Amino acid sequence: MLRDITLGQYYAKDSVIHRLDPRVKIVAVIVYIIMLFLVRDFIGYAVSFAAAAAVICASGVPFRFILRGMKPVAVILALTFLLNLFLYPGTVLLSAGPFHITQQGLHQALFMACRLILLIFGTAILTYTTKPMKLTDGMEALMSPLSRFGFPAHEIAIIMSIALRFIPMLVQEADKIMKAQQARGADFESGNIIRRVRSLMPLFIPLFIGAFRIAQDLAMAMEARCYRGGTGRTRLHVMKLHKRDAAASVLLAVYAGLILAERILPALF
Amino acid sequence: MKEIEMENIIRIVDMTLQYPPADEDADPQTAIDGLSLEIKEGSFVAVLGQNGSGKSTLAKTINALLPPTGGDIFVCGMNTKDDELIWEIRRSAGMVFQNPDNQLVSAVVEDDVAFGPENLGVPTEEIRQRIDDAMKKTGIFEQRKKSPHMLSGGQKQRVAIAGVIAMRPRCILFDEPTAMLDPKGRLEVMNIIKALKKEGITVLLITHFMEEAAEADRVIVMRQGKIAADAPPADLFSDTENVRRLGLDLPPAVEIRELLRAGGVDISDDVLDMGSLARVLCAGAEVTDGTERRRVREE
Ligand SMILES: Nc1ncnc2c1ncn2[C@@H]1O[C@H](COP(=O)(O)OP(=O)(O)OP(=O)(O)O)[C@@H](O)[C@H]1O
Ligand SMILES: [Mg+2]
Repeated sequence: MLRDITLGQYYAKDSVIHRLDPRVKIVAVIVYIIMLFLVRDFIGYAVSFAAAAAVICASGVPFRFILRGMKPVAVILALTFLLNLFLYPGTVLLSAGPFHITQQGLHQALFMACRLILLIFGTAILTYTTKPMKLTDGMEALMSPLSRFGFPAHEIAIIMSIALRFIPMLVQEADKIMKAQQARGADFESGNIIRRVRSLMPLFIPLFIGAFRIAQDLAMAMEARCYRGGTGRTRLHVMKLHKRDAAASVLLAVYAGLILAERILPALF
Repeated sequence: MKEIEMENIIRIVDMTLQYPPADEDADPQTAIDGLSLEIKEGSFVAVLGQNGSGKSTLAKTINALLPPTGGDIFVCGMNTKDDELIWEIRRSAGMVFQNPDNQLVSAVVEDDVAFGPENLGVPTEEIRQRIDDAMKKTGIFEQRKKSPHMLSGGQKQRVAIAGVIAMRPRCILFDEPTAMLDPKGRLEVMNIIKALKKEGITVLLITHFMEEAAEADRVIVMRQGKIAADAPPADLFSDTENVRRLGLDLPPAVEIRELLRAGGVDISDDVLDMGSLARVLCAGAEVTDGTERRRVREE
């Protein structure tokens, strides 16, 4: 049951999008998210959707994979949609008993839904086309200018990469403990939610003790291999910008320009 | 003076290590008690001893992970008490731990092997060269893109060894590297250790397996933080009474050798492993076999 959990959701493929520098991809997603919040009308979403769709096509990640990323947020999506639909004041379009749907409510509900869906598209493309290790490297590189002001950029990156290494192991461990306890009659799968959470407690305690042991051993092993923080460290993988990264940046600027124009110069649209 | 230091890659002088007491009233726990030891460069030394005899503590003090509370330790002539030399000491005397899972840092094998050189500030092109060398030497080059949790225990331990080799150490301390492995994994790791020794790297192997100790040039037996015996394995294991008194077992091959001796077969003390035991017995068998065949021909 626990073995289904995979970290991240990398979709292995050799596309231009996959090969882009992780720093460029992270910056692009951040810009894209900011732009989504600046969009004034549906035309802006149409532009954003076109941009996202073009990137998805170029990445070769099947569209249904992107949709799958929707599942965990489907409830939030439905909830925002319904709340906006029924609770927004304005000119009434339809009413049934205590429920009214207003014109502004319908607009707002659709508007928010579009924003959420497009947000998920963006982050899904990033995680589908970038290996978790590369994401960490990219984030470290982007944050490192901040370390001059005491921001722990390297530490955050190493914490993330250690988590990437040990989460699958802890999951395996949890699976083992669960099987051992099931063999002795433990029941994790029936009863209401409180019962089920309670039955998981004996699973977490050995897991936590195990994790502390690992942390202690690992800290010593890292010290033995001359780890002393980020200063003076070189890297096996050095990120280099290529022509494709420049091209992607130009396209990103064009997209951002369009959205800003839509916001600032409504007459144009 | 310099020459002596070069010859003795590790020199420990009257070293004591006390762990701080668990609570205020308790006495401090003495793990190493006035130990002196010299290890020649290029030798293969096995360290035996019962649980709690101070073997791991000894390895950690040599790696400068624990500062001695008394006495001095010199690694390649560098005192482990000198804070400025700590990194050079850890680079020169690398360490491989018992649990293969808890010493790998990265989610990708080659990145893990690169961790040490990265910490040392080795230039990128040289890191690539060093890790490829190290991974080929330990036979995990084909696995370089995999995640450690997809590998067997033996493979993981070889990744850990590659990570140390990539730092280009002169000496490697192994703390029970095979304790958690199956027989196949143990054999793989032992073969690498022997290959390293052949290359001139000094090996200090802490183990509970007597047949592994039998492969060393020199065996040190620890008891209560002191050295209880220090001899070549052939000498140590020839005195079976003494071995039992030290709380050790005999290597399986020596056990058989002793039984054969008791049965009247004459076998030398140098026979310590199954391979040489088999060779000695076969040599004997060939003679009888040969005489028999000759007899058949004569008829
Ligand atoms: N972190 C610690 N704090 C306090 N005492 C410790 C600590 N580590 C070890 N000791 C004590 O020091 C002594 C030597 O321990 P050490 O781990 O060196 O033994 P060992 O020979 O490696 O044993 P094993 O064969 O079990 O690995 C033991 O009595 C142990 O209880
Ligand atoms: Mg130990």
